[in-house]
Amino acid sequence: MSGGSRREFATGIDISRALRFRFNNRSYVGHPGDTLASALLANGVQLLARSFKYHRPRGILAAGAEEPNAIVQLGTGEAAEPNLKATEIELFDGLVARSVNCWPSPSFDLRSAYQLAAPLMGAGFYYKTFMWPDWHLFEGPIRRAAGLGIAPQDPDPDRYIHKYAACDVLVVGGGPAGLASAWEAAEAGLDVILAEIDFRLGGSSLWRGERNEAERLEAALRAHANVRVLTRTNVFGYYDHNALVAVEKLDGEGARQRLWKFRAKRVVLATGAIERPLVFANNDRPGVMLASAAQSYLRRWGILHGRQIVVFTNNNSAYEAATSFVEAGADVTIIDVRPRAKIPDIAAVRVLPGHVVKAVVGRRAANGVTIGALDGGQTFTLQCDLVLMSGGWSPTVHLFSQSGGSLRFDEATQSFIPNRAVQAVECVGAAAGELSGLDIEPLWEVPGPGPKFVDFANDVTAKDIGLAREHSFISVEHLKRYTTLGMGIDQGKTSNVNGLAIMGELTARAPGDVGTTKFRPPYTPVTFGALAGPLVGDLYRPVRYLPAHDWHAAHGAVFEEYGGWARPTAYPFPGETWEQAAQREAATARKGCVLLDASPLGKIEVVGKDAGTFLDRIYVGNASSLKVGSARYGLMLNENGIIIDDGVFVRLREDRYLVHTTSSGADRIAAMFDEWLQCEWTGLDVAILPTTTQWATLTVSGPDASEVIRETGTDIDLDDFPHMTFREGSVAQLSARVLRASFTGEASYEISVEASNATQLVGALERAGRPLLLMPMGIEALMILRTEKGFLHVGVDTDGTTLPGDVGMAGPIARKASDFIGRRSLLRQEALREDRLQLVGLQSHKGVLPVGAQVLRDRSVPGPSDGFVTSSYHSPTLDGPVALGLVRAGRSRIGERVKLYDMGEHHSAEIVDTVFFDKAGERLRA
Amino acid sequence: MRSNYLFPESARFYEHSLRLYERLGRELDFNIMFSQRGMLTLAHSRHDLESQRRWANAMRLNGVDSELLDTDEVAELVPALDCSPSARLPVMGGFIQKRGGTVRHDAVAWGYARAADALGVDIIQNCEVTGFELSSGGAHTVKTTRGTIGADRIGLATAGHTTTLADMLGFRLPMTSYALQAFVSEPLKPVLDTVVLSPACGVYVSQSDKGELVVGGGLDLYASYAQRGNLPTVEQTLRGLLTLFPSFSRLRMLRQWAGIVDVVADSTPVLGRSPIPNVFLNCGWGTGGFKAIPAGGWCFAHTIAKNEAHPLTAAFGLDRFARGALIDEAAASGIAH
Ligand SMILES: Cc1cc2nc3c(=O)[nH]c(=O)nc-3n(C[C@H](O)[C@H](O)[C@H](O)COP(=O)(O)OP(=O)(O)OC[C@H]3O[C@@H](n4cnc5c(N)ncnc54)[C@H](O)[C@@H]3O)c2cc1C
Repeated sequence: MSGGSRREFATGIDISRALRFRFNNRSYVGHPGDTLASALLANGVQLLARSFKYHRPRGILAAGAEEPNAIVQLGTGEAAEPNLKATEIELFDGLVARSVNCWPSPSFDLRSAYQLAAPLMGAGFYYKTFMWPDWHLFEGPIRRAAGLGIAPQDPDPDRYIHKYAACDVLVVGGGPAGLASAWEAAEAGLDVILAEIDFRLGGSSLWRGERNEAERLEAALRAHANVRVLTRTNVFGYYDHNALVAVEKLDGEGARQRLWKFRAKRVVLATGAIERPLVFANNDRPGVMLASAAQSYLRRWGILHGRQIVVFTNNNSAYEAATSFVEAGADVTIIDVRPRAKIPDIAAVRVLPGHVVKAVVGRRAANGVTIGALDGGQTFTLQCDLVLMSGGWSPTVHLFSQSGGSLRFDEATQSFIPNRAVQAVECVGAAAGELSGLDIEPLWEVPGPGPKFVDFANDVTAKDIGLAREHSFISVEHLKRYTTLGMGIDQGKTSNVNGLAIMGELTARAPGDVGTTKFRPPYTPVTFGALAGPLVGDLYRPVRYLPAHDWHAAHGAVFEEYGGWARPTAYPFPGETWEQAAQREAATARKGCVLLDASPLGKIEVVGKDAGTFLDRIYVGNASSLKVGSARYGLMLNENGIIIDDGVFVRLREDRYLVHTTSSGADRIAAMFDEWLQCEWTGLDVAILPTTTQWATLTVSGPDASEVIRETGTDIDLDDFPHMTFREGSVAQLSARVLRASFTGEASYEISVEASNATQLVGALERAGRPLLLMPMGIEALMILRTEKGFLHVGVDTDGTTLPGDVGMAGPIARKASDFIGRRSLLRQEALREDRLQLVGLQSHKGVLPVGAQVLRDRSVPGPSDGFVTSSYHSPTLDGPVALGLVRAGRSRIGERVKLYDMGEHHSAEIVDTVFFDKAGERLRA
Repeated sequence: MRSNYLFPESARFYEHSLRLYERLGRELDFNIMFSQRGMLTLAHSRHDLESQRRWANAMRLNGVDSELLDTDEVAELVPALDCSPSARLPVMGGFIQKRGGTVRHDAVAWGYARAADALGVDIIQNCEVTGFELSSGGAHTVKTTRGTIGADRIGLATAGHTTTLADMLGFRLPMTSYALQAFVSEPLKPVLDTVVLSPACGVYVSQSDKGELVVGGGLDLYASYAQRGNLPTVEQTLRGLLTLFPSFSRLRMLRQWAGIVDVVADSTPVLGRSPIPNVFLNCGWGTGGFKAIPAGGWCFAHTIAKNEAHPLTAAFGLDRFARGALIDEAAASGIAH
């Protein structure tokens, strides 16, 4: 049997043009309009895959997305795509593909010996074996044998985009019913989107040969102003509120795929129906095909890939295929399980009523069938080169079911059809169960021996279903999970109904009583990249850059991400290590003056008559008593009393506060404010204005800080500007907000200007500071300085259990009259325990303690923990280690020596006060 | 499956569970395919490294194995991961529990069901509890869609639906139900040998013995009893996954599903007595109760039989919310449980 030439009546290809392609290292020629499957069939390639579990030789079963066998790897290298169905690949010039899961080739596969073990490897096999001595011994080889295609090793070179579209009517499916529905809706003046998974419109008309009406409608729709036609578009998900999602394959230069998010007032599902195989011995051999698929290959692609054809059916639809093949010159015999009385009268076709195909003869290709009467008796063999089968049809109700619609089993068509819709959706055509004239007689499994495949993709046989029954896995969901029926690469499109009906027969239940498993997205597999869209890699939560980023870069900054921002960690001089740079910068802050970019610090303006009241409820401390122009440090808690953020807030005006959060808290805290205002305290007159990115904040800190500001030029009276106050004025001729607050322990000026003026400000400060040897300082030095001072870093020195009292900040609570978030939790039993973890200093006498080292209670590992190190550095100022830690009942243990453990090593330290430097805090007030 | 918990209360309980899992297959005579391929948690920042160090040390103090890895060691273990310094989520190191891994979840349920049945337990399927008859002594009559059942003691182990049963019993729980999704790729030849979790993007991934990549992320962000996941959560999860593993972009999603999980403020289960004297609670598992099943069942049986908490779950009582004795693993270690 060879491909031979294409029939001129082919409706779907352009024979005048040739496309060259390679499959399993051999060259072939196909035509525009071909799929890889049709092109291979036309070239006489019938055996093109090995099955998932038993490595049985397989050919093409279907012509669409339901194909379970013909899985290939398309392309090579970074652009490879594993696990595509040959039936869904549109042929192009230069295509390269190969079979998966076989080596070296599908016709000679070294793992084909698995077939011999098949009798041992039935459903539930794994659950009952490989337990002794240990599953781990068996797992490696099993993993290597499993899987189909090979994942590419390099990043995907392609792009994917997302697009939203709203419409009055979304029609899914471009067959006759979909085309007609779209036309009707468009003519009624409605805005219509028609989506079709195939690259051609036409659906069943492409193989049934009723092309005139479909072509007329297609042309009319494409010209219609109200209609958008999308082909190559797989509508794969149906969500609440008529939200549907599709993925469209694109050509050419741009993105590779587009993810569509539709919002439709009404949805019409014209998704057709999928033919079912019949279940008989060796029904999986290459050369056994669904009747409608064969008809497609003949009519649409002009391929007569068999001369002696056996058609096995239990319904009328296969007679159409039979007729087509007779017309094309083939010799056709129909084996029909139904009695003669039910058989349609078609001349020129031989029909054997009341008979079944018992088995297929031939291994790598069907070359005959064994035939017998249904009720036993004599069997005989008939030679053939192609076996077509039709076990009836299953309406494609996937999307309808995803939408929440219920299904019912229809006796007349022996299929599950839409029952009640819960969204604005209707099914039309075959999807609605319009399969008139089938006259089907159920035949779920042909009696007799031999491997009878139900699920081709996962190698599930009728016998496996019997095993599931024997082991009491009779519910349809159990059946699925125990046998893996319907869990393969085709998601059971051709197998689910057969499988559940066979289980029904075994348990004396009608298919409707067995029911289907739940339908979930996606209808067919969808590329991860398309789902993710463009926001991956550098665009995944894009890093924010400081307004003066380039200035920092030019000054040798080493950047790292902190709270979503790329921030300078240190500015190493040539020849200096990063650690040395941080030490130098920290030392300079204590001796002279440094410049720190603090722009990411969260800034939220809280505005309105009740702003003070609101912040009283937010902060542990008081806000409404703050004087205009002054600043105060505050802690924020959640309802459980846990510290979630801290910072300095400023009263700008009577009814206006500026709240500073940690940089990672900026978005989180603004959202929290809104939630309280919108959901709980709806009566408060307060508005929230997050302004973090509108300002650039440069902090000048150190004994020489005020001198630098003065040199820069300012109209603010620096002699009357104490610590924890705030001024507005000009700095370096820029309008600025200046806050005196300090996280370094030195006198500090936080100067905020409009973000676009950042570089100008930083330049002016640099020039003014040059005589004073001002240098830029990164985050690492800041962390050293604040640790020397025992300043809390929320999220580092605290965790999800830390209460204000644990860090020595319970003071304001007793004095505060009004309620605030978390207050009542601070009075719970657990909060009042004496042996809570408390923040203390840890003085090591031998090197820097590792952060994360655990304080041991009784020197043993394993053994109880008494806390851990939270912050730890070498202090250049003190020329020795400084560390903070949360230690059980720590504040009452000052002076005690403790042992610490870190990944196998032991350390020791003395519990000390948290403040290592300038305990009186005189320097920051300077 | 893992027992890499920070607090001793959690560690003891989950470690007990892991040890029970290690022998469960043989005990039930049912292969649960417990695959101890290791559970790797990635660090993407200095702060992550420090937190992981604390966590790994705490585990060792709790008697549980743990190891810290540097970038090169992570790269060797997970070649598909983008470990380049310019990666959007640079891998600065990681933390592994080698005994962690995956288990075939259906097999666990089936193995237990078969073993329980053999011990004389009646398992009534397709039987929904619709109400209770309450008297002064408690709830002794359970109404179901298939009739009424009398009971001296009742245990609720209904995960995301425990709140609806509590409604029937007339008490409220500090618990919210959300949909949690997971999905798989098509089956592939081996490309990932261990379970990888990135707390920074809330994504975890492993490869099943069948070859499918199994991917999970965060909760759907609204309370729900509807067992269907939304799309934005899938998209967000995949953005994280593909940022970590750029070469996975051309793989395809094959199946997706969602379950309803019972989330409490501190991500620690609620196991013990309820406000009704003869009703016992086994809930609050949130997104991570599967690893707890053997130990949870063990302790729950003890609690029901003796009417008092098992020592391993003494800290897990409902009263902890009133006392403020939360065991907040998630907040403390910064990862989803
Ligand atoms: C997508 C996803 C991924 C997860 N991944 C992990 C993971 O990696 N590791 C991990 O440890 N955990 C994971 N979990 C969580 C874990 O699955 C759950 O915590 C665990 O299954 C809970 O077990 P359970 O027996 O308490 O409840 P379930 O397994 O939910 O069982 C509850 C049972 O109660 C029944 N029920 C409910 N209401 C009624 C009623 N009124 N009457 C009668 N019966 C009722 C339900 O039908 C159900 O069978 C995941 C969960 C999901 C959804």
